Amino acid sequence: MTANGEPEEIQWVDDHAGPVVRPYAVTRGRARPVTGTFDLISLVSATRGEATPEAGLGPEHLAIVALCQRIQSVAEVAAHLDLPVGTIRVLLGDLVARELVQVREPRATAGVPDDSVFEAVINGLRAL
Amino acid sequence: MDYGHSERPAGAAPLPTAIKILVAGGFGVGKTTMVGAVSETRPLRTEEVLTETGVGIDDLSGVEGKATTTVAMDFGRITISDDLVLYLFGTPGQDRFWFVWDELALGAIGAVVLADTRRLADCFPSIDYFEGRGTPFVVAVNCFEGAKQFRLDEVQAALNLDPGVPVLLCDARRRESSKEVLITLMEHAMKAREARRRAATD
Repeated sequence: MTANGEPEEIQWVDDHAGPVVRPYAVTRGRARPVTGTFDLISLVSATRGEATPEAGLGPEHLAIVALCQRIQSVAEVAAHLDLPVGTIRVLLGDLVARELVQVREPRATAGVPDDSVFEAVINGLRAL
Repeated sequence: MDYGHSERPAGAAPLPTAIKILVAGGFGVGKTTMVGAVSETRPLRTEEVLTETGVGIDDLSGVEGKATTTVAMDFGRITISDDLVLYLFGTPGQDRFWFVWDELALGAIGAVVLADTRRLADCFPSIDYFEGRGTPFVVAVNCFEGAKQFRLDEVQAALNLDPGVPVLLCDARRRESSKEVLITLMEHAMKAREARRRAATD
Protein backbone atom coordinates (compact mmCIF):
# COMPACT_ATOMS: atom_id res chain seq x y z
CA MET A 1 0.00 0.00 0.00
CA THR A 2 1.34 3.38 -0.86
CA ALA A 3 0.07 6.63 0.57
CA ASN A 4 -0.29 8.42 -2.74
CA GLY A 5 -2.39 5.79 -4.43
CA GLU A 6 0.20 4.48 -6.87
CA PRO A 7 -0.17 0.83 -7.73
CA GLU A 8 1.83 -1.26 -5.34
CA GLU A 9 4.75 -2.99 -6.98
CA ILE A 10 5.86 -6.35 -5.76
CA GLN A 11 9.58 -5.96 -5.30
CA TRP A 12 11.81 -8.28 -3.43
CA VAL A 13 14.54 -5.69 -3.09
CA ASP A 14 13.62 -2.03 -2.71
CA ASP A 15 15.20 1.07 -1.25
CA HIS A 16 14.77 -0.32 2.22
CA ALA A 17 16.40 -3.66 1.54
CA GLY A 18 19.76 -2.43 2.78
CA PRO A 19 18.82 -1.50 6.32
CA VAL A 20 16.26 -4.25 6.79
CA VAL A 21 17.30 -7.41 5.04
CA ARG A 22 20.89 -7.56 6.16
CA PRO A 23 20.21 -7.26 9.91
CA TYR A 24 17.64 -10.05 9.68
CA ALA A 25 20.04 -12.18 7.65
CA VAL A 26 22.66 -11.75 10.37
CA THR A 27 20.19 -13.06 12.96
CA ARG A 28 18.81 -15.67 10.55
CA GLY A 29 15.38 -14.11 10.68
CA ARG A 30 15.08 -13.84 14.44
CA ALA A 31 13.78 -10.59 15.91
CA ARG A 32 14.03 -11.52 19.61
CA PRO A 33 17.01 -12.66 21.65
CA VAL A 34 16.87 -16.16 23.18
CA THR A 35 17.60 -14.63 26.57
CA GLY A 36 17.83 -11.18 28.14
CA THR A 37 16.35 -7.77 27.41
CA PHE A 38 19.52 -5.70 26.87
CA ASP A 39 19.00 -2.05 27.71
CA LEU A 40 20.95 0.37 25.50
CA ILE A 41 23.33 0.98 28.40
CA SER A 42 23.63 -2.59 29.66
CA LEU A 43 27.36 -3.22 29.84
CA VAL A 44 28.85 -6.19 28.02
CA SER A 45 32.16 -7.88 28.72
CA ALA A 46 33.69 -10.95 27.04
CA THR A 47 34.33 -13.88 29.36
CA ARG A 48 37.26 -15.20 27.35
CA GLY A 49 40.01 -13.89 25.10
CA GLU A 50 38.41 -14.95 21.87
CA ALA A 51 35.55 -17.06 20.61
CA THR A 52 36.44 -19.87 18.26
CA PRO A 53 34.19 -20.34 15.25
CA GLU A 54 31.56 -22.98 15.97
CA ALA A 55 28.17 -23.97 14.64
CA GLY A 56 25.63 -21.25 15.24
CA LEU A 57 28.16 -18.45 15.58
CA GLY A 58 28.60 -16.03 12.70
CA PRO A 59 31.36 -13.50 12.09
CA GLU A 60 29.29 -10.85 13.88
CA HIS A 61 29.20 -12.97 17.06
CA LEU A 62 32.97 -13.31 16.96
CA ALA A 63 33.34 -9.58 16.30
CA ILE A 64 31.28 -8.80 19.41
CA VAL A 65 33.46 -11.04 21.58
CA ALA A 66 36.58 -9.35 20.17
CA LEU A 67 35.09 -5.88 20.73
CA CYS A 68 33.97 -6.66 24.28
CA GLN A 69 37.45 -7.45 25.52
CA ARG A 70 36.97 -3.87 26.66
CA ILE A 71 33.67 -3.25 28.44
CA GLN A 72 31.11 -1.76 26.05
CA SER A 73 27.46 -0.78 26.29
CA VAL A 74 24.91 -2.40 24.00
CA ALA A 75 24.62 0.94 22.17
CA GLU A 76 28.39 1.05 21.61
CA VAL A 77 28.46 -2.51 20.30
CA ALA A 78 25.70 -1.58 17.82
CA ALA A 79 27.51 1.57 16.74
CA HIS A 80 30.88 -0.16 16.24
CA LEU A 81 29.40 -3.09 14.28
CA ASP A 82 27.16 -0.70 12.33
CA LEU A 83 24.08 -2.85 12.93
CA PRO A 84 20.69 -1.86 14.40
CA VAL A 85 20.28 -2.30 18.15
CA GLY A 86 17.56 -4.94 17.66
CA THR A 87 19.99 -7.11 15.71
CA ILE A 88 22.70 -6.71 18.32
CA ARG A 89 20.27 -7.78 21.07
CA VAL A 90 19.61 -11.07 19.26
CA LEU A 91 23.34 -11.74 18.81
CA LEU A 92 24.05 -10.88 22.46
CA GLY A 93 21.33 -13.31 23.55
CA ASP A 94 23.16 -16.08 21.68
CA LEU A 95 26.46 -15.13 23.30
CA VAL A 96 24.97 -14.98 26.82
CA ALA A 97 23.39 -18.42 26.28
CA ARG A 98 26.87 -19.76 25.40
CA GLU A 99 28.46 -17.87 28.30
CA LEU A 100 30.80 -16.05 25.94
CA VAL A 101 29.84 -12.65 27.32
CA GLN A 102 28.47 -11.40 30.60
CA VAL A 103 26.06 -8.50 30.86
CA ARG A 104 25.38 -6.05 33.63
CA GLU A 105 22.01 -4.37 33.52
CA PRO A 106 22.03 -0.67 34.47
CA ARG A 107 21.38 0.07 38.11
CA ALA A 108 18.94 2.86 37.25
CA THR A 109 16.31 0.49 35.85
CA ALA A 110 16.29 -1.46 39.11
CA GLY A 111 15.58 1.65 41.19
CA VAL A 112 16.66 5.23 41.70
CA PRO A 113 20.43 5.46 42.21
CA ASP A 114 21.56 6.53 45.66
CA ASP A 115 23.17 9.84 46.62
CA SER A 116 26.68 8.47 46.23
CA VAL A 117 26.06 7.99 42.50
CA PHE A 118 24.91 11.62 42.08
CA GLU A 119 27.90 12.89 44.03
CA ALA A 120 30.30 10.73 42.06
CA VAL A 121 28.89 12.01 38.76
CA ILE A 122 29.08 15.66 39.88
CA ASN A 123 32.67 15.24 41.06
CA GLY A 124 33.56 13.31 37.91
CA LEU A 125 32.13 16.05 35.68
CA ARG A 126 33.96 18.78 37.60
CA ALA A 127 37.21 16.86 37.10
CA LEU A 128 36.79 16.56 33.31
CA MET B 1 17.24 -13.44 35.05
CA ASP B 2 20.62 -14.86 35.74
CA TYR B 3 22.46 -13.22 32.86
CA GLY B 4 22.83 -10.07 34.94
CA HIS B 5 24.88 -11.90 37.52
CA SER B 6 27.14 -14.08 35.40
CA GLU B 7 30.26 -15.22 37.15
CA ARG B 8 33.44 -13.49 36.17
CA PRO B 9 36.71 -15.34 35.97
CA ALA B 10 38.46 -15.46 39.33
CA GLY B 11 40.28 -12.23 40.10
CA ALA B 12 38.47 -10.14 37.51
CA ALA B 13 37.02 -6.80 38.60
CA PRO B 14 33.21 -6.52 38.69
CA LEU B 15 31.56 -4.77 35.76
CA PRO B 16 30.84 -1.09 36.32
CA THR B 17 27.27 0.23 36.35
CA ALA B 18 26.01 2.60 33.72
CA ILE B 19 23.69 5.58 34.03
CA LYS B 20 22.31 7.86 31.37
CA ILE B 21 21.30 11.45 30.80
CA LEU B 22 19.20 12.52 27.82
CA VAL B 23 19.82 15.59 25.69
CA ALA B 24 16.55 16.65 24.04
CA GLY B 25 15.25 19.58 22.04
CA GLY B 26 14.19 20.52 18.54
CA PHE B 27 15.91 19.62 15.28
CA GLY B 28 19.24 21.41 14.80
CA VAL B 29 19.36 22.87 18.29
CA GLY B 30 22.79 21.39 19.07
CA LYS B 31 22.06 18.08 20.84
CA THR B 32 24.84 16.12 19.15
CA THR B 33 27.16 19.13 19.50
CA MET B 34 26.65 19.10 23.26
CA VAL B 35 27.11 15.32 23.47
CA GLY B 36 30.37 15.66 21.52
CA ALA B 37 31.60 18.57 23.63
CA VAL B 38 31.70 16.54 26.85
CA SER B 39 32.11 12.97 25.57
CA GLU B 40 35.48 11.23 25.84
CA THR B 41 35.16 10.03 22.25
CA ARG B 42 33.50 11.53 19.20
CA PRO B 43 29.73 10.92 19.34
CA LEU B 44 28.68 7.46 18.16
CA ARG B 45 25.49 6.72 16.28
CA THR B 46 23.17 3.82 16.93
CA GLU B 47 20.11 2.94 14.92
CA GLU B 48 16.81 1.21 15.46
CA VAL B 49 15.06 -0.12 12.38
CA LEU B 50 11.31 0.11 12.66
CA THR B 51 8.60 -1.22 10.45
CA GLU B 52 5.57 0.91 9.78
CA THR B 53 3.58 -0.96 12.40
CA GLY B 54 6.27 -0.07 14.89
CA VAL B 55 6.78 -2.56 17.66
CA GLY B 56 5.72 -6.14 18.10
CA ILE B 57 6.98 -7.60 14.84
CA ASP B 58 8.13 -11.12 15.44
CA ASP B 59 8.82 -12.53 12.03
CA LEU B 60 9.65 -11.43 8.55
CA SER B 61 6.48 -12.51 6.78
CA GLY B 62 5.39 -9.64 4.59
CA VAL B 63 8.33 -7.45 5.49
CA GLU B 64 8.99 -6.78 1.82
CA GLY B 65 5.78 -4.75 1.64
CA LYS B 66 6.29 -2.69 4.79
CA ALA B 67 7.72 0.77 4.92
CA THR B 68 10.64 0.98 7.29
CA THR B 69 12.14 3.86 9.18
CA THR B 70 15.52 4.12 10.74
CA VAL B 71 15.68 6.14 13.92
CA ALA B 72 19.18 7.32 14.70
CA MET B 73 20.44 8.30 18.13
CA ASP B 74 23.76 9.97 18.77
CA PHE B 75 25.42 9.26 22.07
CA GLY B 76 28.62 9.75 23.98
CA ARG B 77 30.36 8.30 27.00
CA ILE B 78 32.06 9.74 30.07
CA THR B 79 33.89 7.27 32.30
CA ILE B 80 33.36 8.64 35.81
CA SER B 81 35.30 5.96 37.67
CA ASP B 82 36.20 2.27 37.50
CA ASP B 83 32.68 1.38 38.55
CA LEU B 84 30.56 4.14 37.04
CA VAL B 85 30.03 5.10 33.39
CA LEU B 86 27.79 7.95 32.23
CA TYR B 87 26.16 7.85 28.80
CA LEU B 88 24.62 10.89 27.12
CA PHE B 89 21.94 10.23 24.52
CA GLY B 90 20.65 12.77 22.05
CA THR B 91 16.94 12.05 21.52
CA PRO B 92 15.56 11.67 18.00
CA GLY B 93 14.12 15.02 16.95
CA GLN B 94 10.79 13.97 15.46
CA ASP B 95 7.68 13.66 17.59
CA ARG B 96 6.55 10.51 15.83
CA PHE B 97 9.36 8.60 17.47
CA TRP B 98 7.99 8.99 20.98
CA PHE B 99 8.12 5.26 21.62
CA VAL B 100 11.88 5.37 21.14
CA TRP B 101 11.92 8.11 23.77
CA ASP B 102 10.15 5.78 26.19
CA GLU B 103 12.96 3.28 25.89
CA LEU B 104 15.56 6.02 26.23
CA ALA B 105 13.85 7.70 29.18
CA LEU B 106 13.48 4.45 31.13
CA GLY B 107 15.98 4.67 33.93
CA ALA B 108 17.41 8.03 32.81
CA ILE B 109 18.50 10.05 35.83
CA GLY B 110 17.71 13.35 34.14
CA ALA B 111 17.45 15.31 30.92
CA VAL B 112 18.79 18.48 29.36
CA VAL B 113 16.28 20.30 27.16
CA LEU B 114 18.20 22.46 24.70
CA ALA B 115 16.35 25.55 23.52
CA ASP B 116 16.94 28.05 20.73
CA THR B 117 15.24 31.40 21.43
CA ARG B 118 14.59 31.87 17.69
CA ARG B 119 12.44 28.72 17.72
CA LEU B 120 11.43 28.39 21.33
CA ALA B 121 8.32 26.33 20.54
CA ASP B 122 10.52 23.49 19.23
CA CYS B 123 11.37 22.48 22.78
CA PHE B 124 7.75 22.41 24.07
CA PRO B 125 7.22 18.70 23.28
CA SER B 126 10.40 17.75 25.17
CA ILE B 127 9.37 19.78 28.21
CA ASP B 128 5.86 18.29 28.18
CA TYR B 129 7.32 14.82 27.90
CA PHE B 130 9.70 15.10 30.86
CA GLU B 131 7.14 16.93 33.01
CA GLY B 132 4.63 14.15 32.29
CA ARG B 133 7.09 11.42 33.19
CA GLY B 134 8.45 13.19 36.25
CA THR B 135 12.00 13.05 34.85
CA PRO B 136 14.12 15.85 36.38
CA PHE B 137 15.26 18.28 33.68
CA VAL B 138 16.94 21.63 33.13
CA VAL B 139 16.45 23.99 30.18
CA ALA B 140 19.69 25.15 28.57
CA VAL B 141 19.37 28.02 26.10
CA ASN B 142 21.98 27.46 23.41
CA CYS B 143 23.36 30.88 22.49
CA PHE B 144 23.44 31.01 18.72
CA GLU B 145 25.14 33.94 17.09
CA GLY B 146 22.63 36.43 15.76
CA ALA B 147 19.89 35.32 18.14
CA LYS B 148 18.34 38.03 20.25
CA GLN B 149 19.43 37.65 23.86
CA PHE B 150 16.57 37.16 26.27
CA ARG B 151 16.70 37.30 30.03
CA LEU B 152 16.43 33.90 31.65
CA ASP B 153 13.28 34.87 33.54
CA GLU B 154 11.68 35.81 30.20
CA VAL B 155 12.50 32.37 28.83
CA GLN B 156 11.19 30.75 32.01
CA ALA B 157 7.92 32.67 31.71
CA ALA B 158 7.59 31.95 27.98
CA LEU B 159 8.00 28.24 28.63
CA ASN B 160 5.59 28.34 31.56
CA LEU B 161 8.06 26.34 33.61
CA ASP B 162 7.72 25.33 37.21
CA PRO B 163 9.81 27.91 39.15
CA GLY B 164 12.01 25.10 40.45
CA VAL B 165 13.25 24.10 36.99
CA PRO B 166 16.71 25.59 36.36
CA VAL B 167 17.11 27.64 33.17
CA LEU B 168 20.59 28.58 32.07
CA LEU B 169 22.47 29.93 29.08
CA CYS B 170 25.05 27.72 27.40
CA ASP B 171 27.29 27.31 24.39
CA ALA B 172 26.85 23.66 23.39
CA ARG B 173 30.12 23.74 21.42
CA ARG B 174 32.14 24.41 24.56
CA ARG B 175 33.13 21.68 26.98
CA GLU B 176 33.16 23.89 30.08
CA SER B 177 29.73 25.30 29.30
CA SER B 178 28.20 21.87 28.58
CA LYS B 179 29.80 20.46 31.76
CA GLU B 180 28.16 23.26 33.75
CA VAL B 181 24.76 22.33 32.28
CA LEU B 182 25.21 18.68 33.28
CA ILE B 183 26.38 19.57 36.80
CA THR B 184 23.34 21.87 37.22
CA LEU B 185 21.12 19.00 36.08
CA MET B 186 22.68 16.53 38.54
CA GLU B 187 22.31 19.00 41.42
CA HIS B 188 18.67 19.61 40.43
CA ALA B 189 17.96 15.86 40.14
CA MET B 190 19.44 15.32 43.60
CA LYS B 191 17.26 18.09 45.07
CA ALA B 192 14.16 16.75 43.32
CA ARG B 193 14.88 13.33 44.79
CA GLU B 194 15.34 14.74 48.26
CA ALA B 195 12.05 16.67 47.98
CA ARG B 196 10.21 13.53 46.89
CA ARG B 197 11.69 11.60 49.78
CA ARG B 198 10.61 14.26 52.25
CA ALA B 199 7.09 14.37 50.79
CA ALA B 200 6.87 10.60 51.11
CA THR B 201 7.78 10.59 54.80
CA ASP B 202 5.54 13.52 55.83
